Amino acid sequence: MTGSEVKKLFYMENKKGVLGKLKDGLLKTRRNLTERIEGVFGGRIDAQALEDMEEILITSDLGVKASKEIIGIIERTDPVNLRETLKGEIFNILKKGEASLLTNGHKPAVIMVVGVNGNGKTTTIGKLAKRFKDEGKEVLLVAGDTFRAAAIEQLSVWGERVGVKVVKHKSGADPGAVVFDAIQSEKAKGADVVIVDTAGRLHTKAPLMEELKKIKRVMDKELPGAPHEVLLVIDASTGQNAIEQARIFHEAIGVTGIVLTKLDGTAKGGIIIAIIRELEIPVKMIGIGEKIDDLRDFNAEEFTEALFE
Amino acid sequence: MFEGLTNKLEGIFRKLRGRGILKEEDVLSALKEIRLALLEADVNFKVVKDFVERIKGRAIGQEILQSLTPGQQVIKVVHEELTSLMGESYKKTHLSPNPPTVLMLVGLQGSGKTTTAGKLANLFKKEGRQPLLVAADTQRPAAIEQLSLLSSQIGVNFYGTKDGDNPIRVCEDATHKAKREGFEPVIIDTAGRLHIDDALMDELKMVREKILPHEILLVADAMTGQDAVNIAQRFDEALNLTGIILTKMDGDARGGAAISMMAVTGKPIKLIGVGEKLDLLEPFHPNRMASRILGMGDVLSIIEKAEASIEKEEALRLEKKLGTDSFTLEDFRGQLKQMKKMGPLSQILDLIPGLGKFRSEINIDDRELIKVEAIIDSMTKKERGNYAIINGNRRKRIALGSGTMVTDVNRVLKQFIQVKKMMKAFSRRPMGGKGGLNIAREVMKWQ
Repeated sequence: MTGSEVKKLFYMENKKGVLGKLKDGLLKTRRNLTERIEGVFGGRIDAQALEDMEEILITSDLGVKASKEIIGIIERTDPVNLRETLKGEIFNILKKGEASLLTNGHKPAVIMVVGVNGNGKTTTIGKLAKRFKDEGKEVLLVAGDTFRAAAIEQLSVWGERVGVKVVKHKSGADPGAVVFDAIQSEKAKGADVVIVDTAGRLHTKAPLMEELKKIKRVMDKELPGAPHEVLLVIDASTGQNAIEQARIFHEAIGVTGIVLTKLDGTAKGGIIIAIIRELEIPVKMIGIGEKIDDLRDFNAEEFTEALFE
Repeated sequence: MFEGLTNKLEGIFRKLRGRGILKEEDVLSALKEIRLALLEADVNFKVVKDFVERIKGRAIGQEILQSLTPGQQVIKVVHEELTSLMGESYKKTHLSPNPPTVLMLVGLQGSGKTTTAGKLANLFKKEGRQPLLVAADTQRPAAIEQLSLLSSQIGVNFYGTKDGDNPIRVCEDATHKAKREGFEPVIIDTAGRLHIDDALMDELKMVREKILPHEILLVADAMTGQDAVNIAQRFDEALNLTGIILTKMDGDARGGAAISMMAVTGKPIKLIGVGEKLDLLEPFHPNRMASRILGMGDVLSIIEKAEASIEKEEALRLEKKLGTDSFTLEDFRGQLKQMKKMGPLSQILDLIPGLGKFRSEINIDDRELIKVEAIIDSMTKKERGNYAIINGNRRKRIALGSGTMVTDVNRVLKQFIQVKKMMKAFSRRPMGGKGGLNIAREVMKWQ
């Protein structure tokens, strides 16, 4: 594939509508889960059926605890309603995790994007910027990842693609200082949305989590109430460790929402069910492809429907 | 890493150890716990099932029930099976007799290919070779730039063109360049791609046909969940992998993906990434890892680390001073510096045997060491030579100079005196040039 073809793909118009696109993205998830659930639902609820259900839930990354509880509920219900019950249980959990972005009523609204390394923060920011720009909003990106080689350049490329401004310092600069300058700048005064990129960090590195707290303090000091949204990006292929990630990031800086990325692979992303159950952090968006428009609002009904269709 | 699993299994086995005779139901309940622990550790459902079946077969047999110490016996069986699941022993990456050897890194987006490419180049450079880093990721914005920056940080050669170029062409040109100019090995960084993206997987197949890499290594994230089996299987089917590199092992993911990927592909995990710095790439040792999972710790790794990073002469010089009154703060600082070279303390702690249960309660902050160094740096030469003269006023000045509190200075001095005492005790035994290890132990006591 040549560069221009790749670029064309990035800008390709979405002709299928939101639901169609979501379904496409979840196709493999759905196919796998549904085919096997049909198998389970075909028979009576016995030890084998329960074990099959356990396998389905566990292999979707729901985790032992959530799977056990859901199966416990199913066991207590009439086998005739097996399918509807399972669907209903999963929907009920996902519904609690539905929420929209908290950017209205703030000018500028500040969004801080955090997460472990390699889960798609910068790409998500590119997509988010495009989305806000399409809504007619003035967007400013802040290159707060001053650590990883070429992270600033990567965000700048996205800035050019989408056609929004990027505030950046040199590589190795203090991210707090970048954020300070960005919020102080004239550009921020004119912006509707300011999106701050941060360096990927493992939640187990205490000094790096302290750094995030500091960045957040700087924002709040310069613009009381900011950040209005703290988005934790989680890769859909992550296993049970995602719960720890969410827990520790949440404890450190108060996560307001999760963006679940890379749902276009074969990973099921079932970990969000466990996260919503245990931590009550909503899922705001899902990434369902590499194209610039492949970022969608999280919708519990669609997500459940797509899983069970 | 693997802490959670270790904790759980240790809990189970503590129960087993307490009994003389083991009943069949004990084994079954232990296996149930092991199953759950493995599932929570993200080992794939089917892989766990096979594993537990195998253990059950061996464990409930006479081998265990008739043995004198059945608890030990279960541990032995589980350990053996875990080791065999992960591949029997460490497989080294070998270089071709006809250079250039070509190593190609493949994997999903965000698994850590580019950083790993840099780390590999660094490793080969340390061996005295002249690697060539090749940026075949012409797709992700600034990926070429990232690899180019890494190569200049390490001081190795780099080949890359511009975004959007044909990666097959880039690889061909790079191998020609390596042949002409004598680079060895060639390390190719490819664009991240989904294992189900047929077009991009075909592209990799074409690179493989044209370049015939000696090693095709799947770079995979240690945090990967159940999907690890699909990813590894698809990449292996398409490219016939020669091995796997597991990244981000410095987090607290239990790393069951390691077991899953090896089980479905039969390909060894060769290296593990244990930090963001460019020297944090280590060999993967299945038997040691199994010991670690079972809470037996990993003494061998610690010793190797110590040997690799402590300079012999410096160690000898320090050793001579041990146990004599001439061991000064100056020497103490030298030891701290040596120890820092072994890597972050938190990592070394992971390797200590028997710590499993308590590991999570010990929160080591490597910045503490930096503080200690700063405090010693703020002393005069005379003070470093004779700690006894450091009175209240001097302590105040040192605190000011190092940006710490007087209580910090007091603590460091107290610790120094402890180390001095300990050195005396140790000097009665032969030390084999591993002075840093003792300090490591002592530092752990302070926390």
